[in-house]
Amino acid sequence: MLSGGGAAVRVRKEPDLAKLPDTITNLVARYGPSLHSEPERGWQPIGEADRLVKTHCCFCGQQCGIQLKVKDEKVVGFEPWEDFPFNKGKLCPKGIKRYMQSGHRDRLLSPLERTEGQGFRKIGWEPALDRVAAEMKRIQGAHGDDAFAVLTGASLTNEKAYLMGKFARVALRTANIDYNGRLCMVSAAAASKKVFGVDRAANPWSDIPKAQVLLIAGANVAECAPITTDYVWQARENGAKLIVLDPRLTPIARTVDLFIPVKPGGDIGVFNAMLHVMIRRGWIDRRFIAAHTVGWEAVEKMVEKYTPEYGAKIAGVPASLIVKAAELWGPAKTSFLLHARGIEHHSKGVENCLAAINLVVGSGRIGREGCGYAMITGQGNGQGAREQGQKCDQLPGARDIDNPEHRKYIASVWGVPEGSIPHKGLSAVPLVEAIHAGKIKGLLLLCFNPLVSLPDQGFVREALEKLEFFAVIDFFLSETAHHADVVLPGSLMEEDEGTTTNVEGRVIHHKKVVSPPAEAREDWRIICDLAKRLGAGDKFNYRSTGEIFEELRVASKGGVSDYYGITWEKIDQQMGVFWPCPSLDHPGTPRLYEGGRFGHPDGKAHPQPVDWRPAAEEPDEAYPIILTTGRTVAHYLSGTQTRRIGGLVKQTPQAWCEIHPRLAGGLGIADGDFVKVESRRGALTVPARLVTTIRPDTIFVPYHWPFDRAANRATIRAIDPVSKIPEFKICAVRLSRVARPDDAIARLPPQAGGLS
Amino acid sequence: MSELAFFIDYSRCIGCQACVLACEECDTHRGQSMIHLERIDMRDSVQTAPQVCMHCKDPICARVCPADAIKQTPDGVTQSALKPRCIGCSNCVLACPFGVPNYQSAIDQMMKCDYCYDRTSAGKKPMCATVCPSQALSFTTLEHIERTRQGTAINRWVFGDEVVETKVYVVVPKETQEVRPDLVQLGGKARHEPFDVAAMLEGA
Repeated sequence: MLSGGGAAVRVRKEPDLAKLPDTITNLVARYGPSLHSEPERGWQPIGEADRLVKTHCCFCGQQCGIQLKVKDEKVVGFEPWEDFPFNKGKLCPKGIKRYMQSGHRDRLLSPLERTEGQGFRKIGWEPALDRVAAEMKRIQGAHGDDAFAVLTGASLTNEKAYLMGKFARVALRTANIDYNGRLCMVSAAAASKKVFGVDRAANPWSDIPKAQVLLIAGANVAECAPITTDYVWQARENGAKLIVLDPRLTPIARTVDLFIPVKPGGDIGVFNAMLHVMIRRGWIDRRFIAAHTVGWEAVEKMVEKYTPEYGAKIAGVPASLIVKAAELWGPAKTSFLLHARGIEHHSKGVENCLAAINLVVGSGRIGREGCGYAMITGQGNGQGAREQGQKCDQLPGARDIDNPEHRKYIASVWGVPEGSIPHKGLSAVPLVEAIHAGKIKGLLLLCFNPLVSLPDQGFVREALEKLEFFAVIDFFLSETAHHADVVLPGSLMEEDEGTTTNVEGRVIHHKKVVSPPAEAREDWRIICDLAKRLGAGDKFNYRSTGEIFEELRVASKGGVSDYYGITWEKIDQQMGVFWPCPSLDHPGTPRLYEGGRFGHPDGKAHPQPVDWRPAAEEPDEAYPIILTTGRTVAHYLSGTQTRRIGGLVKQTPQAWCEIHPRLAGGLGIADGDFVKVESRRGALTVPARLVTTIRPDTIFVPYHWPFDRAANRATIRAIDPVSKIPEFKICAVRLSRVARPDDAIARLPPQAGGLS
Repeated sequence: MSELAFFIDYSRCIGCQACVLACEECDTHRGQSMIHLERIDMRDSVQTAPQVCMHCKDPICARVCPADAIKQTPDGVTQSALKPRCIGCSNCVLACPFGVPNYQSAIDQMMKCDYCYDRTSAGKKPMCATVCPSQALSFTTLEHIERTRQGTAINRWVFGDEVVETKVYVVVPKETQEVRPDLVQLGGKARHEPFDVAAMLEGA
């Protein structure tokens, strides 16, 4: 039944009936994930391509340059782009196979509507858009504007991220918009903003090989940022000492000078104790501290008690390793600190980052050649998508949504009264909790697969089942979209033009390579069409994404992440432009904080004292083991894209559980056995992989898979009080050997959550 | 001395398989990867090793081929077996000291890494060495390697009494003159230091 207006609205779903419109087996059979293992025209030689388009990989924050090969208006392959300065032709498996999304049989080619008991049926664009807009109006009319929420993603271009923030505030007028960068970058962002006043990697990657010592904390560089490996190795060739901090010995740690197998959540013990040793031995840059920082005394006072022995107890490692780390890091002339989700995915994620940054501030080694600091952005546009105003607490230009001056400026750009812009809304996890509590009744989702990527999957599923209306824009039917009422077929990165901002803060240009197939549409057109139906058409009158970028430039002008001086032409000429770039004649800013000038109004760095505290859930007698989660090189985020690409699934078909033989032995688990990983929230069953490269008190499961193979069945819905990032890196579990499952889910193909 | 050459630096490999997936994208053998990525000891180590054809100066595979199906180009690239000649006997598979040739039963023919001849003969780099994120595989000049790497590049291998010189170089610790593979008895235990985090925690 379609609803063109308010009268014919169908309110489906009694709480108990509200499940899926068909069995998972049937949905998977129809919409995948199925494997695209051969290019569109088969494996025959391509010969001369019609054109090679210089663009970028869509997977991960490095945004490597790549040339996509087009023949007969189809993407049929790739050629390395050796002139692009960041990766110089290098690509990881995801980049090599990204073109295989083109012509995929799972691709959504027309709008779909949920049909109880039968899955989904095709509908036309007009009724689909009408229905979404009508449900938005109905729910907001009945329950208030904030009862309809928007969840977006950090793999969107800057243009789309900007558009989504504006759509939520201007067309939908809801405070409740947030994005999946909340699961990724926010702890690092918050810490960087607190200390330096700017949220961006402080240095271009070209500074990494110039450093005498590298500290890599909680970053599986080889698998999650593979191209960064060559920068790290080049530093080593130049004589740099490498320190890696991780509960698992990952490939980047194999040949390092010092590997510290830190206990999950124990990082502050290492950082604070390193600083303690540096202070004792006089490896602090007192001149830098005096001239360029405020608040350092409190940091010193805090780390007084962090002797190596005290820190070692927290970190769960021998004190000698911490002393050695301080001896490598302390006296160096140049250094580079890199961290990623390993220290950020914690209910103390911001504090972990602050403690790490104190090692940079104390050494005074920042803002100079070979002296730097960076968080390794995870998602495709992890950097840019957090600046354009789709976070619940931000407006474009990384502006604060509750700052009257910031609101006034953005209101003037948008041509709306300042008072009409909603204030701070809920971040991703509390937003889902508000859905579960019945406070939010409607949801528009784009570029997000929370049923795989959010913690405590059982709770997320319950929340989705409670929605009165749920619309999804996506190119493939994700596990989350199984729950949708209306699905609108959107566009792949290569089917639209726009910019993203890479891990270094370099704004780059994604070209339109081909058009969306069949009835699929560019995401921005779908949003503008919805805005029109909500009566805000005059504010969404864009004819191209180029026009959106022009408005974004103006909206970011004067903000922290100032894009005003960046044009698409300039990006092409310079092979990317680093923000801030405040005027058209400005070359951009590859290295921040030169001359010790930081982003706060006083120009100083504001280091913060940090004291260790436990995780939300530490192991106990009933659940004695720490589960930590992460990624693997062949897959991207929730796997909606990479679990559909044959070569990548062949490389890594399914999840596994890494267990130290010592732990496994005590539980009677052998390599290849199936194990049940069970927390207070849920359980998953995956094959065991016995490795000595992990701490014996910790197990690891990668998170890219759904249903009974989902690591996030077990993870905890605890968040950092400041950044609101979930604690993906620690929860308490128990582990047992079980028989190989043989239920309906287990019989699905592995990429769908079954077993290989 | 600016001739481009192929270099393998095992100490850089991160096991990501970009080389494996990129290889099958080459136009001359689309859908068929010719590179091997070895996992040394999955339980005790994350060490991996990519193996391209080393392109022996006097290729053993060609010497043992009873059908004379394996040819070397004038510039020293040993190619896959010629389709009309190959009898699928697998002598080459058994003889190669590097384990490179691959007998494809579906087409009853030996295929192997051919140095991306379509690319290298046209002035391009081989696909695997272009994409390799860690530059464990790289295609550059010997000068460049000597200038930018701590190790040294060599191409002389000693297998028992057999000395093999290869077109492809490996980067090894300085002062090393030749590679003498440490032959492990079949079924025996590899002689390497395992990475055991438990032992590290005990300060062992």
